[in-house]
Amino acid sequence: MIQVLYFAQLRELFNLQQEQLELTAEISTLGDLRRMLSQRGTRWLALSEYKKTQAAVNQQLADDDMVLQAGDEIAFFQPVTGG
Amino acid sequence: MIRIQEQDFDIAAEYAQLAQGNSGAIVTFVGRVRAEDNDRDIASLTLEHYPGMTEKTLQSVVEQARARWPLEQVSIIHRIGTLNAGEQIVFIGVSSAHRAAAFAACEFLIDILKTEAMLWKKQTDRSGNGQWLEPKNSDARRSTRWKTGS
Repeated sequence: MIQVLYFAQLRELFNLQQEQLELTAEISTLGDLRRMLSQRGTRWLALSEYKKTQAAVNQQLADDDMVLQAGDEIAFFQPVTGG
Repeated sequence: MIRIQEQDFDIAAEYAQLAQGNSGAIVTFVGRVRAEDNDRDIASLTLEHYPGMTEKTLQSVVEQARARWPLEQVSIIHRIGTLNAGEQIVFIGVSSAHRAAAFAACEFLIDILKTEAMLWKKQTDRSGNGQWLEPKNSDARRSTRWKTGS
């Protein structure tokens, strides 16, 4: 299982804060997960707009070629705007 | 010292903390909720964070500053939740032996915080319309210039 978190704009867009997903043979990298999730519907296409939607794996910024493992915490979010 | 909190902070108390050592210079910065932004009348800002990763990214910002300047104490407080116009959002405090390092590090910390710390702002105007903010090009430029030296 992996834990997937959505923040701010994406949390509101998907009406979902977090979910648990099973890692399957088709999902070995962050990019695979991003593509799988973005097929859920029009709103989920936001996840495949790579330059805007960033991701972290286990609380470290990660690129699409990052290999996922059971127990990973994956987060998707838009560029930060704090301060 | 890094704190993420809903409650307000007291600058006098934070200054006293920074002044405990014998540093020759203390520089502080406070960011507040603007009442107007791009001609919108702002009623409030709501700040969301990523518990755990926000603290890690702030720690990284502090480490980057410490690698560049000889700093004594560094304090960052960032508020989360809904804040009304005029309220304090963020506190940065730096103590150092000399003012040049303290001024530069304080500016560096807020500039890098804005582009690297896991925080998101939603602006609500006086009609109750909310919108998540987009990163500003000017903030990106201010952050980048520290990294490129330009």
